[in-house]
Amino acid sequence: MLTDTERREIEAELPHYPRRQALCIEALKVVQRHRGWVNDEALRDVGDYLGMSEHEVDSVATFYNLIYRREVGRNVIHLCDSVSCWVMGCDRVREHLEQKLGIRTGETTPDGRFTLLPIPCLGDCDRAPSFMIGRDLHGNLNLENIDTILERYE
Amino acid sequence: MEKPLTEHIRPEGPPLGLDEYRKNGGYEALRTALADSAPREVTEIVEKSKLRGRGGAGFSTGMKWSFVPMGDNAPGRKYFVCNADEMEPGTFKDRYLMEGNPHLLLEGMILGAYAIQAPVGYIFLRAEYRASEKALATALREARENGLLGENILGSGFDHDIHLHTSAGRYICGEETALLNALEGRRAVPRAKPPFPPVVGLWGKPTIVNNVETLCNIPPIVRRGAEWFRGLGRGDEAGTKLYGVSGRVRRPGLWELPLGATLREIIEEHAGGMAEGYQFRGVIPGGASTDFLVEEHLDLPMDFGSVQKAGSRLGTGTMIVLDDRTCPVGMVLNLERFFARESCGWCTPCRDGLPWIEKILEAIETGEGREDDLDVLRQHAGFLGPGRTFCAFAPGAVEPLQSALKYFEDDFRRHVNGHGCPYQAQPATA
Repeated sequence: MLTDTERREIEAELPHYPRRQALCIEALKVVQRHRGWVNDEALRDVGDYLGMSEHEVDSVATFYNLIYRREVGRNVIHLCDSVSCWVMGCDRVREHLEQKLGIRTGETTPDGRFTLLPIPCLGDCDRAPSFMIGRDLHGNLNLENIDTILERYE
Repeated sequence: MEKPLTEHIRPEGPPLGLDEYRKNGGYEALRTALADSAPREVTEIVEKSKLRGRGGAGFSTGMKWSFVPMGDNAPGRKYFVCNADEMEPGTFKDRYLMEGNPHLLLEGMILGAYAIQAPVGYIFLRAEYRASEKALATALREARENGLLGENILGSGFDHDIHLHTSAGRYICGEETALLNALEGRRAVPRAKPPFPPVVGLWGKPTIVNNVETLCNIPPIVRRGAEWFRGLGRGDEAGTKLYGVSGRVRRPGLWELPLGATLREIIEEHAGGMAEGYQFRGVIPGGASTDFLVEEHLDLPMDFGSVQKAGSRLGTGTMIVLDDRTCPVGMVLNLERFFARESCGWCTPCRDGLPWIEKILEAIETGEGREDDLDVLRQHAGFLGPGRTFCAFAPGAVEPLQSALKYFEDDFRRHVNGHGCPYQAQPATA
């Protein structure tokens, strides 16, 4: 079941839309904010609340890049691998991250500190290569400054 | 040189607040229009200005608005939507406008909503744009507190409010009918057209969807007139354009210039030319889904008509430069991998064709390519071309592919014949 806080946060969006099911994406984001990711139970909770089946909600959840259907670490690194960042060497950044964290893209460190995922263009092309950790954008990356940035995330 | 979009923006500084925006003439266009102009007249001035959409397709903004049913028999519920889902690879211009001068966008939206008589507006913003979200949320609050949004705006009797919707991320959300499905809380697959959104849009009601940069042009047009706006362009086309350059140039960045500035001027003068040790080879002029241009095109005016005549598209006007040390096959592989990953999967040519293209390009790049692969790639460019797919996604995706096969065919052949990539990996440099 949705917690009271989750329900309140979802309901706050209700007046902005003429139909309840329009809240599906918002509801998934709310639940993810509180639970870290969207598991099957979360799908059922959102579905029960909005009058949708679990599978309908899943079809929405799996469509969007920023809804996690698998468990993620405390900090998700979204590495931009689109064309401007690629020209500016984002493959070197990925190699460095994978080596330093001991994981491959798509995986989470054993201590649950970091998950590494790719993301389409972050719109930071004039400061490429770039990544986003949580909701913080970091540009002008090179092999020297990455480690210092990572240290800020527990 | 006039820069109506960016003249008041402080680069790297905080967004302009309501007071500062007003001090520079902000919301004067809205005040005047609400007091003196009928909705139809606002649409007419935008039509006369010859403003074309800045989101990529370049459709006439005024004409789009004119398709909305008006009058007593028109539906009471209509929507005005701002497409702020800037996800076209290599594109970072709308973010600059939203972070720098959010009220300019809001005023443009309210003017548009008045023109089509829509009581409700949405900003569809990509979730990654945290700074834009903050700037817009503050501006929306300021506008509501000062009678610029809500009921009876500036005593005119016109009601309008705007809701900020942050997306959950997917490139196809930028396609306007997919965006409408996303706003309705569904999977963002495009809709069949016709009917077009100005007639049947959000929840089946007449809806206008316009790009951020497009809408930021509306207040200056209404305030200073269509003729003034048409005079801003260098050639036949109207207005200024935010041009951007990324890649291995000396000064990657963004500049507001007259529409029709040349490629050479943008890359050599404003971006400072190529970075030390790199030579120019080509450029994708308007985001990932446009055809490559090469050295022979450097003196091309970057306006819609000229770029189209040269076989490409102005697109978003934010260009990605290919240098002589970066592998063109690798670059196209990167682009097609992106498109394969972001395809919504609705229609077969796109869902199955793009991964096929990606696989072939990967084989060529890693030395497993065969002589006839080039023909297969060319066939795909046709199979995924205009008129063969459900929306414009796949035709856009094959634009850089087909032009790379034209301009860099030798590179493809060197990969196939030499069984591998002849280029060295370039470092990550900030």
